[in-house]
This record gives sequence, C-alpha cells and structure tokens, in this order.
Amino acid sequence: MIAETGLAALWLAAGLAAYQLFLMVMALRGRVDVARSMRSVATVQGILTLIAFAALLLVFARTDLSVALVVENSHSAKPFIYKVAGAWGNHEGSMLMWVTVLSVAGAFLGLFSRRTSERTLIAALGSQAALALGFYAFLLVASNPFARLNPAPLEGQGLNPLLQDPGLAFHPPTLYFGYVGLSVAFSLAVGALLTNQVDAKLARAMRPWVLGAWIFLTLGITAGSYWAYYELGWGGYWFWDPVENASLMPWLAATALLHSINVLAARGALKAWTMMLAVIAFSMSMVGTFLVRSGVLTSVHAFAIDPERGTFLLASLATYVAAAFTLFALRGATLEEGAPFQLISRETGLVVNNLILSVILGIVFVGTLYPLFVEAVSGEKLSVGAPYFNSVAGPLALILAILVGIGPSLSWRREQRPVFKLLTIPALLGVTALVIALIVAPGIHVLPLFGLAVAAYLAVASILPLVGRNPLRAPLATWGMVVAHFGLAVALAGMAANAAFTSERLAVAKPGDVLNVGPWLVQLEGVTPTAGKNWTAMEAELRATRGSGAIILKPQTRYFSDPPTETNEAAIETFWNGQLYTIVGKPDDSGGWQLRLWWKPFVTLIWLGGGLIGLGGALALGGRLWRMRRRREASAEWRKERYA
Amino acid sequence: MKPKNQRLLLVALAAAAVLGAVLLAMWGLKDQAAYFYTPADLAAGKAPADKAMRLGGMVAKGSLQRAPDGITLKFNVVDGDAKTPVVFRGIAPNLFKEGSGVVAEGSLRADGTFVADNILAKHDERYMPPELGNLAAEHKAGKTLRR
Repeated sequence: MIAETGLAALWLAAGLAAYQLFLMVMALRGRVDVARSMRSVATVQGILTLIAFAALLLVFARTDLSVALVVENSHSAKPFIYKVAGAWGNHEGSMLMWVTVLSVAGAFLGLFSRRTSERTLIAALGSQAALALGFYAFLLVASNPFARLNPAPLEGQGLNPLLQDPGLAFHPPTLYFGYVGLSVAFSLAVGALLTNQVDAKLARAMRPWVLGAWIFLTLGITAGSYWAYYELGWGGYWFWDPVENASLMPWLAATALLHSINVLAARGALKAWTMMLAVIAFSMSMVGTFLVRSGVLTSVHAFAIDPERGTFLLASLATYVAAAFTLFALRGATLEEGAPFQLISRETGLVVNNLILSVILGIVFVGTLYPLFVEAVSGEKLSVGAPYFNSVAGPLALILAILVGIGPSLSWRREQRPVFKLLTIPALLGVTALVIALIVAPGIHVLPLFGLAVAAYLAVASILPLVGRNPLRAPLATWGMVVAHFGLAVALAGMAANAAFTSERLAVAKPGDVLNVGPWLVQLEGVTPTAGKNWTAMEAELRATRGSGAIILKPQTRYFSDPPTETNEAAIETFWNGQLYTIVGKPDDSGGWQLRLWWKPFVTLIWLGGGLIGLGGALALGGRLWRMRRRREASAEWRKERYA
Repeated sequence: MKPKNQRLLLVALAAAAVLGAVLLAMWGLKDQAAYFYTPADLAAGKAPADKAMRLGGMVAKGSLQRAPDGITLKFNVVDGDAKTPVVFRGIAPNLFKEGSGVVAEGSLRADGTFVADNILAKHDERYMPPELGNLAAEHKAGKTLRR
C-alpha cells in the first residue's frame, strides 16, 4: 500500500505541475485573475512530493522486499541509518529526492516571496513547474522508484560498502539543496525575462535563494572532499573526477552569480549578465545531474546500449537550456542599460571576478566533457586529470585570490581614495611568506609556493573592509563577506601546505618494525582479525610517537559479504598542525604487512576554510533576511500610523 | 563612459573571456590529456614514450610478482597475443588479481616497460573503470580490441 500511495502522490503532483503551466500561460496573456491560485497549487504540489518521498523512506526503513528498488539496494542486515540513507543512495531514489526538493522550493517561493510583482512570481512558479514536470515524466516513465517485484525475494542485494558511511547520509541531500536552490534563481530569471521586469527588486528577491543554494553547495563540496579523503584511502582530497567536477561547476557559476547579483541589487547594472548567469548556474546543476545520473561516465557505449535514461535526461536538459537561452536572446537585448561606472570601482572589480570565474568554469567544463566528446565522435578513449586542471585553472584561481583582497575595499561607481596603499601590509606579508617557503622548502613547486604567498596576503587583506570603522557596527553581510574571503585564504593555505610539505612512507613492516614519516616514528604492534555487524576485518595496531607521548592508530582492511567487497579504512589522527594518515594493505609471504603512512601538515585547513566560506554565506544570508524583515515591519508600522 | 559603450565593452570582455577559456583549455588538453592504449597498441608503436597515458587489459595469469621490498609489483598486461610489462609501486586495489581486468595510469619507458602511478580495478560487482566496462562488453560481443 505504501508504495502505491507514493506512486499516486507522484502522478497527482505531475498533474498539478501541468496545471501550473496552464496558469502561467493564462497569466502571461493578461489573465492574472485566473492564475491567482498559483501559489496554493505550488504548495499542494510540494506537499504531494513530500508524501511520495516519505513513502520511499518508509519502504526502505522497513526493508519491504516486494519493492524492486529495495531489493537492489538494501539488505536486512544493514545498520538502520544506512537502510534509510539507502533510499537516496541509488538512481531512482535520488531522482525522487531531486524533484521533491525542486517542488518544495517552488512551494516556499510561492509562500514567502513578497518582493516580486504578482505576474513575475506567477511566471517564475510556472517555470519551476515546467522543470518539475520534466523530472516527474522521467521518474514515472523511465525510473519508477516504487516498482513492485513479484514474487518478492527473501533477501536484498545490499549496498556498496563504500556508501555505508555517515558521509553518504548527508552529502547528496546537501548537494541537492544547492543544485535545486539554483532552480529558483533560474525560474525567477525566466519569469522576469518573460514579464520584462528585470530590476534591482528582482535581484533582492533572488539573492537569498542564490546565497542559500551556494551555502549548501559549499558545504556539500567540502564534506564530499573530506569523505573522499578518509573513505577512499588515497590520501587525496580532490581528484578532478567528473563526479566532483559536476558539483564544482554549479558552485563556480553560483559564486559568480552571487557577486554579480549584488551589482544588480545595489546599482541596477549588469542586468543581462546576471540573468544569463542565473540560467547558466542551474544549467550546470542539470549538467551535473546528467553526468552523474545518466551512466554516460561509465561509458559512452553503455550510454548507447541502455539509452532510455540518459537520452531522456539529455533531451530534457537540452530543452530547458535551449528554451531559457532563446528567451534570453529575445529579451536580453531589450533590457534597459544600468547605471554607469568608472574603470576603478567596485563594479569593475566584480566584473573581473565574474570574468575569471567564468573562464575557470569554462576550463573545468571543457576538461570534464572533452573525453566524452572525443569518444562519442572518434571512439578514441582518453582521460583528463589533475595535471590539466591544476596547470590551467590553478594560476587563474591564484590571480582571482589576489583580486579578492582588493575588490571589497573599492567603492561603488568610482574610487577616489588611495586604496592600494592599504594593501601594502598584506602584500609585504605575502612576499615574506614566499621567501620563508623558499628557505624552508627549496624544492617547492611553483603553484604551492605562490599558493602560500597569496594565502598569507589574502588572510590579512580580507579583513580590510572591517578596518577603519567600528567592526561591531558593520552590517552582518559585510561580516559574511569578510569571513568567506578569509575562509578562502585558509583553504588555499591548506591546499598549498598539503602539496608542499606532505611526507609519505610506503613499506612492508613486520610486527615490531619501526617506520618514520615526517617527524613521526610509527611502530607496527600487530595485526588482528576483528568484525562488525556486516563485515570482518584485519586491523593493524600502530604506535606513533614524536618526541614525548604516543598514540595508537588502528587502520583496517574490511571484507563485506553482501555484495562481496573489500575496503581500506584509514586511521587518521588530527593535530593542530596536521594529520597522520595510515592505511594497512595486504600481507606478504614472510609475515609482513604493507603500510602506507602520510604526514600532512595543515591539511585540515582545507576543510576548515570550506566551512568558514559556508559560514560567511550563512552570516550574509542571516543579515539580509533580518534586514528584509525589519524593513517590512517598519513599513507596516508606518502604514498603521498613517492610516490610524 | 557612455552607458552604451560600457555595455559594448562588457560584451566584448565576456566574449574575450569565453574565447580565452576555450583557447586555454585546448592548449592544456593538447599536453595533458591521457589517452587509453591496449598492449596491442603499444606493440604496434602507436603510443609515445614518457607521456601520461592509461593502459588497459587483463593481468596475465602467472605473471604477478612482488619485488623483495614487498611494495613493488611486476606483472604483464595482455590483450590477445600482445603483452606489456608493468611496474607499480604501492598498495594495489583490493580486487586486483591475476586473470582480471585492470587499467593502469602512468607512462611508457623507452625500454617498453610501463611504469604505473595508479591502478584501477573493479571496485565491486557493479562498478568498474569505464575502459574496463568497454573491454568486457566488446569481448562479450566477440569483437577484437581495436581502438
């Protein structure tokens, strides 16, 4: 019954989305009176998808083996949390989650948006429903999550052990909130282009959504990076894997949008550019979903062998993007020109920020899709990895980080103060860091070397907007910006330190042997078998010392039976100045064990920086929402007094 | 600056940025893209030496040896009659074994040995590296491996 209820709710929601499209058309033809019900319909549609998603959670929580999806992805012996998380750890479930977030976002937009005009809001909700409709069709036609299996088997097939991790429970939902939050920016842009009402008011309505989506993307990417770092056991935090790039591309576009939207909100300029970025940002979310969900990454051939899903996703992606860009081409040129600005001004700073971010986005996009393109056209197989992305996008990212230190100190329209004088201290600090790094590590590579220098410079330069005023009086949004930019410096320092100073040791050790890595002496005490709920393992006991005191690390190699798999569980110990990262491999014939040890100075700064960037976003969002609310209350009071 | 000129300048800058991104990307790809080869390709001399690439095939039965340091692996990757000796230093993935498929990332030395920096094997029943998926599918279809 539960599965059928979920399916029925999905069909009803799809019907309502189609009805919303009709309402939008009516409103655009001047019949706004007919379309007044738009907000309530959007709300009901959101509730229906929540019911469908709750039904899916329930069949997974109960391990209902008459549902095909549960059989394929779950197992009765799995810990409860992974049973529930398994609901979105698969294709159908994650697509249902995607469309649920999409339509709930639409419902929230309808419920809480008071800044946009009625017509633009109706058009935006219609656009949101059009997006949802494509994904409903996809679910109902090509990937029904509630399909039954008759007869029901006695046991499920299990979930990939790599995915049995707390990281899994939070990572995809976080990213989806980000992806789908950008859909609201997309829909507002489409709505405003349809009704010709692109103005500062629209930007202020769009800004909280972009900020919110961007915070989730930032945290999702940061968490995903840490998850890959400790779970895959390769000691790396970013692999330039297409799946990772799929989340980085929307983030880059959203970061650009976040900055240009401020120009539109404050100065009414960059209208067309901001609308285009809103369209591109969500398009990148859809490209990301397409890459991850279509099977195209496994192989272009597999894509051609089992074309239903991939083709469907590709077709809907192409339709939405083409429709939005056609609309943009038709209306973009008719937008009024914004307020002018001088060459050295905050506006120029933000334009340059946007240009560099766009170029980096383009480089990541080409690098990610080039192998697919070549294989589809010529059948030749190739891969594009870290060397390409680091050498092409890395220097640009450093240039951008230098400019991040300058832009926020400039004033709107034109700059007359001696801003560059302020930057003397940060610049000197950067040069000092450069010299110190060269002395400490003479063989250091160019990119980490400049990374350290720029990080030192930016850590101080990012605080400048709070200098020369009472910091407690500064708006929360300014604090948010400062924290986020400082977080960028912290993350950059972590990446550069990890690249420059990591020491690695790979060796075979017998119990009693001592290996050294960085400042550490690590002794293998022994290797013993152990077991968990659905796995068995060989666990090494390592005793690590540097100077005084010792700590014990216990890395494992785990063996899962459903499905049969082995994983390496790294043991990681965190210190204020770095992490000791240990892996145990296979035994050799003479009783020794392969050990892989890393000492990674200041590697934790990478994720600390990511967290700070997200926190900065949250501060800015809080400040904006609070101010919006205060303004509304003030105007309500004013009206009361006036008409009393 | 007049608003109209300002808009033109912005459009020109955006176009330059897009063009710049594409040119930069193309320049990077020319040097850095790692092509996929099979031992047959290497035997035919199709692959350049000392350039990052991927090598795919089956680990030949009876060829897997561990060097005395316990860490270095030597094995042959085969594809039909062609074979390529591979040297790898590190902890091999868990499902790496003789007779199963493998993709090695690394470069070819002038003496014909492939030095692998990284080895990809099947992760579990369902996931495998893209190139291996193709190898399996093409073997099943009875085709010979041709790029």
